[in-house]
Amino acid sequence: MFLITCPYCGVRDQSEFAHAGEAHIARPTDTDQMSDQDWSEFVFIRSNPKGVFAERWWHAAGCRRFFNMLRNTATDEILACYKIGETAPDVSTELPATPCGEAIIGSGNDAVKVMQEDEVEAHEKASQA
Amino acid sequence: MSQSHRLAAGGLIDRSKTLSFTWNGQSLEGHPGDTLASALLANGEIMVARSFKYHRPRGIVGAGSEDPAGLVTIDAGKGRFDSNTLATDQELYAGLTAKAQNAWPSLSFDVGAINDALGRFFPAGFYYKTFMGPPGNWMLFEPVIRKAAGLGDPPSELDPDQYESVNRHCDVLVIGGGPAGLMAAKAAGASGARVILCEETAAFGGQLLSAAENDPLIDGLAPKAWVAKTEAELGQMDEVQLLTRTTAFGYYGHNFVGLVEKITDHRAVAERSQHLPRQRLWRIRAKRVVLATGAIERPLVFHQNDRPGVMLASAARTFANRYGVMAGRKATLFTNNDFGYRAAADLVRAGVTVRKILDVRDSPSETARLLASSHDIEVRNRRAIISTMGRFRINQLHHMGLEEGKLIGPSETQDTDLLLTSGGWNPNVALFAQSRGKLKWDEATQTFRPGRSWQQEQSAGACNGVFETAGCLAQGLAAGRAAAEAAGFKTKMIETPDVDEEVTDPAAHAIWQIPSLVKKAAAFVDLQDDVKASDLKQAVAEGYASVEHAKRFTTQGMGPDQGKISNVNAFGILASALGIPVPELGTTTFRQPYKPVTIGALAGQHVHDTFAPYRTTPMHDWHAQRGAQFEVVGDWVRPRLYAQDGESFHEALMREATAARSGVAILDASTLGKIDVRGPDARTFLNRVYTNSWMKLAPGKCRYGLMLGEDGMVKDDGVTACLADDHFHMTTTTGGAANVLRTLEDYLQTEWPDLKVYLTSTTEQWAVASITGPKSPDLLSKIVDQPGAMDPGAFPFMTWKDVTISGLPARVFRISFTGGMAYEINIKARYGLWLWRRLFDLGGPLGLTPYGTEAMHLLRAEKGFIIVGQETDGTVTPSDLQMDWIVNQKKGEFIGKRSLSRADTVRADRKHLVGLVTEDPQVVLKEGAHLIETEVEPAPPVAMLGHVTSSYFSPHLGRSIALALVKSGKSRLDETLYVSQPQGEPIPVTVCGTDFLSAFQEAAE
Repeated sequence: MFLITCPYCGVRDQSEFAHAGEAHIARPTDTDQMSDQDWSEFVFIRSNPKGVFAERWWHAAGCRRFFNMLRNTATDEILACYKIGETAPDVSTELPATPCGEAIIGSGNDAVKVMQEDEVEAHEKASQA
Repeated sequence: MSQSHRLAAGGLIDRSKTLSFTWNGQSLEGHPGDTLASALLANGEIMVARSFKYHRPRGIVGAGSEDPAGLVTIDAGKGRFDSNTLATDQELYAGLTAKAQNAWPSLSFDVGAINDALGRFFPAGFYYKTFMGPPGNWMLFEPVIRKAAGLGDPPSELDPDQYESVNRHCDVLVIGGGPAGLMAAKAAGASGARVILCEETAAFGGQLLSAAENDPLIDGLAPKAWVAKTEAELGQMDEVQLLTRTTAFGYYGHNFVGLVEKITDHRAVAERSQHLPRQRLWRIRAKRVVLATGAIERPLVFHQNDRPGVMLASAARTFANRYGVMAGRKATLFTNNDFGYRAAADLVRAGVTVRKILDVRDSPSETARLLASSHDIEVRNRRAIISTMGRFRINQLHHMGLEEGKLIGPSETQDTDLLLTSGGWNPNVALFAQSRGKLKWDEATQTFRPGRSWQQEQSAGACNGVFETAGCLAQGLAAGRAAAEAAGFKTKMIETPDVDEEVTDPAAHAIWQIPSLVKKAAAFVDLQDDVKASDLKQAVAEGYASVEHAKRFTTQGMGPDQGKISNVNAFGILASALGIPVPELGTTTFRQPYKPVTIGALAGQHVHDTFAPYRTTPMHDWHAQRGAQFEVVGDWVRPRLYAQDGESFHEALMREATAARSGVAILDASTLGKIDVRGPDARTFLNRVYTNSWMKLAPGKCRYGLMLGEDGMVKDDGVTACLADDHFHMTTTTGGAANVLRTLEDYLQTEWPDLKVYLTSTTEQWAVASITGPKSPDLLSKIVDQPGAMDPGAFPFMTWKDVTISGLPARVFRISFTGGMAYEINIKARYGLWLWRRLFDLGGPLGLTPYGTEAMHLLRAEKGFIIVGQETDGTVTPSDLQMDWIVNQKKGEFIGKRSLSRADTVRADRKHLVGLVTEDPQVVLKEGAHLIETEVEPAPPVAMLGHVTSSYFSPHLGRSIALALVKSGKSRLDETLYVSQPQGEPIPVTVCGTDFLSAFQEAAE
């Protein structure tokens, strides 16, 4: 269960929130002029990245405000929460090696449950430092 | 003899009290402080189960929740029936009744044991291969297999116990109350941090409770005394909460940890308080977590290692030192490491004869060797057990020399009734792995330990690969301090306790399977799932190179114990068979829950009436008194029908619907969603969310609207009244209210923040009585204080008026659900019941009839009015509903407008809403039935034209009516189609318009 920082209320439990789809998709204003193709892109097509995803959340059992979140969908790490209308901040996170690969840690996936030799060495060096 | 295996002294049991209990119908005795397992062992009962697949006799192997085999059924009376309970995890209470499972007719004579003799016919993957055949094959065999293989029976009665769940935040959650956990809690608690320390068993102390009386001394105190002192210190700290009998079963995202606390399971049934829940689920959000979950010994894998009496060395030590029980009288130790020596020495001190130590290694450490010699135990190096004897308990074993992995003769025989095995220790990394931390392989101890953390946690003590007491205390202290500091607290200096301890080397000799003389060795790896080393090798031979695949093929590590003692051995055997190092093979996934959690604890208070929230209207009590049948609509409980004495459902429905058309009838419409829309841009806003125009709707008037999604599909409908130029009263469907409000808030906040509009949900502010029928004006004029105002001539359709009723303000809408004369009275919710009763007082002489949602559906179907969710399913446009009249393409932008001209939505062959009439007016179609084109149903696949969405017998029209979504319906008027039936010939129907009331009114009259 996530711990989500509502930009208006602060840190709250996920049970107060509802997911509200991908963020930063502005509703077109000149819809009459749009091709079927362009309109259907807006209505139906969403990116579904493994990695950093900008998504909207709704504080349904709180202030009832919608806001944006950057989340690493490979690891469920919440990287930023910010208001509607604001630009996504720069974030850094462990990204999957390839679109179908895994982040080095955090996904709980088979491929990254056990540290391999080189990683053990690097980790030990880092913790000593 | 009673308690034949009870030691004369020692342990944490209360010998002054005796508890009697029943095991397989036999009455036995134990003491407070015992577990069921220790009490059974005290009575010499070591065989407690038949195994899962082969029905082999199985005994107690571990002393705690790691035990793989001792699953029993506890029967504590009606509904309190817990199968698959670990005897080692169940505290003894007076009158406890337990029985063995998976054995029929009895534990000692079990018919299913034939599976063992036939074992060579049941290799790994047997079920998959055998029953993968033709479809239906599995269906045939499944009941037989389920009966033969498996665990305990499910309970057959409703669970009478209460459960509860609580939420807690804390600064530091310490999981595990052994030496490391106690020190961590002490260090963190001393800083003032809010600390929760949870311990799975009944007492704090962990392995210190399994230690001998005075070994090791901690700060000069005996281990048990040090534990008591530390626990007392923690008890003095206001911000430290101590939980025993509490298991952390799941480590979830963002430091969310689930604990389950057993509150009354250890008490005699009669002594369980009615005011306490049986178990409590703790949902904890911790700033930092200290994992001090200890380590679990692993057994050695050799031929016939599953015989009752073969036990982990650490378990025998725990039974002796914590429970005062000798698991056997003549023990032998089989080990690959030094720690086993300690257990053997402790058993000698407790009075058990330890005949021999058989060590696979060339030599133990000097410390271990001295320990053995000082306890007069003969040590034999480079020895391997090749077989064991004894029907229901081991009585003999055979061992041979072991040189460079090969057995060398001659074999020797050893009489023994207890065989201790020690294959090294596995840090209990389950929760660490659940937190998505990464494990690393430790070559010296041949096991996995925590590597890189992912969440805000830290492992300390044995779960971190530190096995000696001094190290556990030091790591616990450091972890507790670090956690408190990370949570923002200043810590105090606390001295590390001084431990007087003979340290033994934790290294274990790598040997995953002891060689065997037998080709098909019964060398069990997973005793719970009956997985042998040969099964794992077969998995590799059949190409299962991934550990996760091998697990699924063999069932290794499945079941309630999740491979606690067996997994690392299995990984070792698989990796050896594949010729790769264990870390390259990796591990299977450690999943929640760590050990079984009762469904009751997870459900908590959410059972029966409190399973889910529900909403009732102010008039609910009246409906209930009237004997209404209720149905759930969204969260609401609505009257479906008011059957009178002796009336059938159909008769009542006909009576209610007839009253609504010929007299006067009343519906509780309070559940309709209501949203107050206010602000200078309210009109513009409505114009954008509904398909029709709202710019010219004058105050005092109402209008029906359809709301679409951006995909052009109908999402909701309802009537909105204009209260003032900048103020509207919107109504929505009962089930859609919350979603409509969310959608509207979404557009206002994100797409049109420039619009000045406020939305307020007013659903529960108003009670609504919908009155319909030709006599409804009479009733209205009787009830309102302004009788003339209700006259239809003075009160046009689709308008509203503010009135008073006995002086109370009310709002009346002249709108209709039914297509007939109708009014809706809205009054403040708290007067709803009063109004309803008053209406019946005045309406009695007029024959006022209450009607429910069933008649409401029938009435609006007569008029061809849609119900969102019945005629629509999220794939239906206004045009599909033949409601093009409500779409104003010229008014400008509205939600979903552009989608109405997409290539797909303008197709002529979409499904359209049409009416259907049967030839025989008495035949009522089934809702959901499919339409086909031909008189005789062709062989599958059958081309479906659509389906019946609503179907009733209309008493007013004297015939059946139906609405249906039909492919190209608009162009099929007067066509004959057929409605398919599960049995019998398709029913011919004629396509017609949807307004039956207008079409058949004359005929009806």
